[in-house]
Amino acid sequence: MMARVGRIGVTVAGLLALWHLAYVLNGRRDYLLPSPAQTLETAWRRLDTLWGHALVTYGEILLGLALGTALGVASALALVSWAPVRRWLMPVLVVSQAVPVFALAPLLVLWLGYGLASKVAMATLIIYFPVASAFLDGLRRTDPLWLEQARVMNAGRWATLRHIRIPAALPALASGLRVATAVAPIGAVVGEWVGSSAGLGYLMLHANARMQIDLMFAALALLAVFAVLLYFVVDATMRRLVPWQRETEAHDG
Amino acid sequence: MSSASVVPPHGPDAAAADPGRTVGVRLSDAALQYGGVRLFDGLALTLPAGRTTALLGPSGVGKSTLLRLIAGLEAGDHARATVTCDDGRPLTGRVAYLAQRDSLLPWAGALDNVALGARLRGEPMGPARARAAALLAEVGLGDRLTARPGTLSGGMRQRVALARALMEDRPVILMDEPFSALDFLTRLRLQDLTARLLAGRTVLLVTHDPLEALRLGDAVHVLHGRPATLDAPLTPPGAPPREAVDPAVLALQAEVLRRLTGEDHAGGGGAP
Repeated sequence: MMARVGRIGVTVAGLLALWHLAYVLNGRRDYLLPSPAQTLETAWRRLDTLWGHALVTYGEILLGLALGTALGVASALALVSWAPVRRWLMPVLVVSQAVPVFALAPLLVLWLGYGLASKVAMATLIIYFPVASAFLDGLRRTDPLWLEQARVMNAGRWATLRHIRIPAALPALASGLRVATAVAPIGAVVGEWVGSSAGLGYLMLHANARMQIDLMFAALALLAVFAVLLYFVVDATMRRLVPWQRETEAHDG
Repeated sequence: MSSASVVPPHGPDAAAADPGRTVGVRLSDAALQYGGVRLFDGLALTLPAGRTTALLGPSGVGKSTLLRLIAGLEAGDHARATVTCDDGRPLTGRVAYLAQRDSLLPWAGALDNVALGARLRGEPMGPARARAAALLAEVGLGDRLTARPGTLSGGMRQRVALARALMEDRPVILMDEPFSALDFLTRLRLQDLTARLLAGRTVLLVTHDPLEALRLGDAVHVLHGRPATLDAPLTPPGAPPREAVDPAVLALQAEVLRRLTGEDHAGGGGAP
């Protein structure tokens, strides 16, 4: 654990050093690329403003993650449980994956307004697909041997779903959630860029327009730190949810 | 020979099944074809009540399919068979299946794996857990109740699978190469355990190991040829588990090998 923290510390320090090097090589032009020190200084000075906007964006991301996951899990369960639902909705789901979600952002803002709702909807949409498709895939790939055992044991469909297929699909759901978590901030920020009155994306856009590049970097850093933390929290939770996965891998390897 | 089981039978079907606790099974008119190739046709196999029937054969001859036909797991046009029981009732719900590959659920501990059937049928879990714990103790895993399969050795996993098959408390047990992935000594120990625990049940043991068939089987059939046919069974003397070094077992092993390799075993062959 200490070694892991140490490695992360070294990585972060290395990235900051690279950033500073790029700043020096770029001729110390603050209006193009501010130094890490200056970004930190600005972040500290404007902390009130930044934090207020950050809370809005964090809230959008978390709400989107919760809603997208819930909807994705529910859709996968519905699709796998009812054949008619699967026949009708599966093609819709597949085709809708091809629609670039970002292109919908202006529409969502038009329909849902400049507030929280359009950004949450955007994040939800982005999170929904990886979660739904990964979980559905997991539910459909149950080891046939387990299903045969269940049949010989006279298990009903629901009992089989609950005690065999869902647990068996949890590792797939975990991978879907990891992907979803990585893309979740994109949804919120794109939503804010298209139209909003608060949030880190909004702040970045305005800072950019006023040539406050250091403020823009400070906002970007806050977003990045949150995204990384969120990923670690989700990843750790998933590991606890599917503890057998590592055991099986260790056994196979 | 009394059964070594110390675990009382239990479950709603125990009373109903009791008079016919041991049931004989007859498979007839079994046919299997893959891609236009007839693997067997019109095959018949009898599993005498309370006896262990071993089925040997080279891989790809269709012996696993024969077992799966009895288990009711083969659906489709390529395979068909008639399965009848000597008590006239259907076999459905009276079979436990021990698969070739380790089929334990990786997320569940040993106890939960053994009690899986009870959980799937929505039976009360209190008594089921107690019985599962007793069965795990009987297969020598009483101290590993919460261990997940990934943390157990291959031999331990098959012992859990054996306990799960016993937990189902079904009169007919179908075993498809249950110990093929284990090393020789572990396999011998598990064969001893199996013979002790399954005594008195109707067992079909599909295997490619002649020694295993001869140690455990009351009757040993060899399935070979294309389309495959069954020879008249060999009946090793004595009660299972027979010693691996038993001269009778060793002598029959030579005969089994002859049949497996497809040599003509009819008497009066060319003398030296």
